[in-house]
Amino acid sequence: MASRLIEILGSGCAKCEMLAQHAEQAAQELGLDYAVIKIKDPVAIVRRGVMQTPALVVDGQVKLQGRVLTAEHLKEYLR
Amino acid sequence: MPVPRLRSLLLALLGVSAWWLVYRSLEPLGRWLAFRLLGLAPGSRLGAAVAFFAYEAPKVLLLLVVVVFGVGVVRSFFTPERTRAVLAGRRESVGNVLAALLGVVTPFCSCSAVPLFIGFVTTGVPLGVTFSFLISAPMVNEIALVLLFGLFGWKVAALYAGTGLIIATVAGWIIGRLKLERWVEPWVYATATGPAAGGSDAPLAWGDRFEFGREAVKDIVGRVWPFVLAGIAVGAAIHGYVPQDFMASIMGKGAWWSVPLAVLIGVPMYSNAAGIIPIVQALLEKGAALGTVLAFMMSVIGLSLPETIILRKVLTLPLIATFVGVVAAGILVVGYVFNIVL
Repeated sequence: MASRLIEILGSGCAKCEMLAQHAEQAAQELGLDYAVIKIKDPVAIVRRGVMQTPALVVDGQVKLQGRVLTAEHLKEYLR
Repeated sequence: MPVPRLRSLLLALLGVSAWWLVYRSLEPLGRWLAFRLLGLAPGSRLGAAVAFFAYEAPKVLLLLVVVVFGVGVVRSFFTPERTRAVLAGRRESVGNVLAALLGVVTPFCSCSAVPLFIGFVTTGVPLGVTFSFLISAPMVNEIALVLLFGLFGWKVAALYAGTGLIIATVAGWIIGRLKLERWVEPWVYATATGPAAGGSDAPLAWGDRFEFGREAVKDIVGRVWPFVLAGIAVGAAIHGYVPQDFMASIMGKGAWWSVPLAVLIGVPMYSNAAGIIPIVQALLEKGAALGTVLAFMMSVIGLSLPETIILRKVLTLPLIATFVGVVAAGILVVGYVFNIVL
């Protein structure tokens, strides 16, 4: 089973929660072995080179910034 | 031309014409609803208020959908990374102007103001230039711009955009001249900012850009429509119940204190641009002076309590106070200038 570390970067605003939920749902539907971590610390966010939140980081790679996609759309970034 | 593309083009054309037809027939529809269907008397206060609401609500929502879609597409060409690359190491004056302009088109949400601020100032964007961006991004709001255009014509829209840009440029320049770096929280400059991560600037096809537009409509219109309806309801009440020229005495040109008062009331208030403009429209109609109303609107949209609270994470109180003070002073000047000139 593929394993993925999914990080959601953002201050904890409504959009970040939504992105986290969608990512979780996508990972479940793909049957991944995954962990979702929410990163709210601005220093940690900037260290990852991100200036637009919410952002999606998968296995250390920034995949999306400033967008909330549906679970269906997110699957292509989690595969 | 391949068939699927032809079909989507035809669908788009059909959609645009349908939109136009609906948009054009809103005024008679609103009157019909208020005076025929509900049987209200055309001269009555309630009749005037209901007709205003029935016309303005769908009109503003229709405009909003189109504008937000268009802006979503335009913004897909800009990212904070690219904007930062343009601004990094810029000389102040030129940098302030560029930052104010880019603030209008770069995707920005006050929720990511903190990472953006750190990302800018730690990679060589001067503090004052960063402020020009942070001031213009919320203040010269595309929703406000197009609603102003739709409701009052291009002159008011251009005045608003022009003065907003000038305030952002000058206020940022002043903050830069004051050398306030010491009032930024010390840890900010010690932050090791990672290289631009991408993920928001992959090359895009037009289909993707339209997808950005659709996302923006779903997100923004889905979020602001209650504000819009509430704003139009307040506007409708003012339209129907406040006597003609009532505002002239309180918010008219003669009342010199009305501009600072408008700014004082406006700064702590927070509303979406789409919600405040119907109110602005009704105030103007009742004799309020344009400068006063513009000052009120700018302080509501451009300076918001939530954003200053967010920025408190990276700025010390004296710098926040300077920032709010300088911008409020700029708005004040704009209000007075318009009341004198127009």
